[in-house]
Amino acid sequence: MIEVNNIVKKFGGITAVNDISLKAGKGEIFGIVGPDGAGKSTLLRIIASIMKPDNGNVILDGTDIHKNAFTARENIAYMPQRFGLYEELTVEENINFFGRIFGMNGKNIEKRKENLYKFSHLEPFKNRLAGRLSGGMKQKLGLACALIHQPQLIILDEPTNGVDPVSRREFWKILYDLLSGGVSVIISTAYLDEAERCGKICFLYKGNLISEGTPEEIKNSIGKSLIVVITSDPRKSEKLLRERGEFSNIILTGNSLRVFTDNIKKAKESLKSILPEQDINILSMSESDATLEDCFVELLSGDGKIS
Amino acid sequence: MKILSSAKRILALGSKEWIQIYRDGRSLVLSFLLPVIMMVIFGYALSMDVTHVKLVVLDNDKTPFSRSLIEEFSHNEYISVINFASNNGEIDSLLNGGEAAMGLVIPVEFEKRHLSGKSADIQLLVDGSDSSSALVSIGYVQAIVLDFNQANEISEMKQNGIKNPEIPVDIRSRIMYNSELKSKNFIIPGILAIIMAIISALITSLTISREWERGTMETLISTPVRRFELFTGKMIPYIFIALFDVIVSVCLGYFIFGVPLKGNFTELYLIALLFLIGNSSLGILISSATKSQVLSVQLSMMITFLPSFILSGYVFPVKNMPAIVQAFTYLVPAKYLILCIKGIALKGIGLTLLWSQILFLFLFCIIVAIGSIKYLDLRIPE
Repeated sequence: MIEVNNIVKKFGGITAVNDISLKAGKGEIFGIVGPDGAGKSTLLRIIASIMKPDNGNVILDGTDIHKNAFTARENIAYMPQRFGLYEELTVEENINFFGRIFGMNGKNIEKRKENLYKFSHLEPFKNRLAGRLSGGMKQKLGLACALIHQPQLIILDEPTNGVDPVSRREFWKILYDLLSGGVSVIISTAYLDEAERCGKICFLYKGNLISEGTPEEIKNSIGKSLIVVITSDPRKSEKLLRERGEFSNIILTGNSLRVFTDNIKKAKESLKSILPEQDINILSMSESDATLEDCFVELLSGDGKIS
Repeated sequence: MKILSSAKRILALGSKEWIQIYRDGRSLVLSFLLPVIMMVIFGYALSMDVTHVKLVVLDNDKTPFSRSLIEEFSHNEYISVINFASNNGEIDSLLNGGEAAMGLVIPVEFEKRHLSGKSADIQLLVDGSDSSSALVSIGYVQAIVLDFNQANEISEMKQNGIKNPEIPVDIRSRIMYNSELKSKNFIIPGILAIIMAIISALITSLTISREWERGTMETLISTPVRRFELFTGKMIPYIFIALFDVIVSVCLGYFIFGVPLKGNFTELYLIALLFLIGNSSLGILISSATKSQVLSVQLSMMITFLPSFILSGYVFPVKNMPAIVQAFTYLVPAKYLILCIKGIALKGIGLTLLWSQILFLFLFCIIVAIGSIKYLDLRIPE
């Protein structure tokens, strides 16, 4: 059980993390979602005990990790955004090193390594230098090194950034398998499809927590319905609908317009009247569930943060 | 239990560092080759002995007496008569061209003045552009002329019927410790100290900054590793490399340059170890302060090489420095190391006589090591 309470972190005049609290239980994946520069890495570094917050504390199973950093670190695994392993060491040497640095003896390391090789499929590459691995394999090795000492809390900073979709899927499968062992995972991501896979997420924007809950809760929290309209001239339609100011938000994605509204019936009718007036044909119109991406954009634009 | 896991972490770090060292062949070769190169270059090039000073002679007298004086200059290793000039202009042009370092002019009526009981003058022209060599050369000439005078006086006394003529005061100097006054015998111990100072700080100055630059430090500090474990684990492999370098350098000095080793090698080695620990700590301190490999290499070169070379009393005598600079020399650990190496190698004295130097080295070692451990960041710098 990890509790993050009222964390504040300022760099000079800039508030990187502004009064953020969150909780992740055992067997839970907690996602921190936000654009670049939202303060995700700073927050994760503070949770990993390698950066001191200006205010607030982080409690892991009843221990304040900043007051007892060394004991806490025995139960924490942290994988930084930038590849943090030794490129001149082989896959196996890296795993051995992290096992030993966590005070494990040779026998335990061997036993655990077998397990780690099984899920990561790294065994055939165990004598390859870490610097010669592909992006996806590097991340899997990072995870293997992080997991060697069977931590209670796993902190992953954008682990799938720049990793191909197949490796990403594999990576997530590994994470799900871990949960049965009762660990907590805190992961940051800029991909909203990944956020959907988390048990709980929070949206971070410019250091502020904008929304928190399960993906379902967040999708429901915006309390608005969504109409997907495909027209003969999507760009012109978007401009037109925006000018009307009747709809709470309009997002153009590819050929379709995603129109947010409080009143779905009224919105459908006005769409049918506005667009043909300007010689735009409505090719299709349907109601849809909001994705997290919709919610994210809606949440931010609702506060006038992005247009 | 705590000590055991601490030892495990230190060992893990040390062996990881060792793998990194031998995978990076260039720096390994450099750390073994640099001492050899420095030893050979300094050993051969930095000879301060003034021998075979080139002398050109203008003999305007051309008498047996003048020739016997010139004869005195011809048969020693300090002065070589390279040419006989026929006029003053020729001496000038040889001195100007650097072909000769000194010119000796014997005037006409040199023998005549001597025989008439007057003092006979000769003129010595010296190229003073290298002042210390010039002073030494003048000393040679004075010594030769003094000998010549004595020999003449004694033979005259004998001719005048004095049976056992004696010189009032005769200096019998016996040079101890470096009996042939070979400059190599103090250059090599000095260069040994400078090699140790540079190598140990240079190779350790990369260790922490490389971890920061490559991003591996961020992972490392998220583990339970303690400051002193990081410090010790990182240092151990480099101490072994530096100790190996010491053996190589001492062997070179002993076998190639013939510098004696009168004292106990084990004692020399222990003092070297003390110095290496202190200087490696300095390298680690620089490394964690700069967090940049380029900067830490430059800084460690500057901090170790310059003071060890200039302020240690190795090349320039400390007594000739202004008082403030003299005070600074007490902060240069190489100064104490050079005294220890010279003491053991040339004088054959032991630890009991060198205790004050060892105490200074010990203090240096402790202070820098503590500072270095305290300065290690186990958190992300902001």
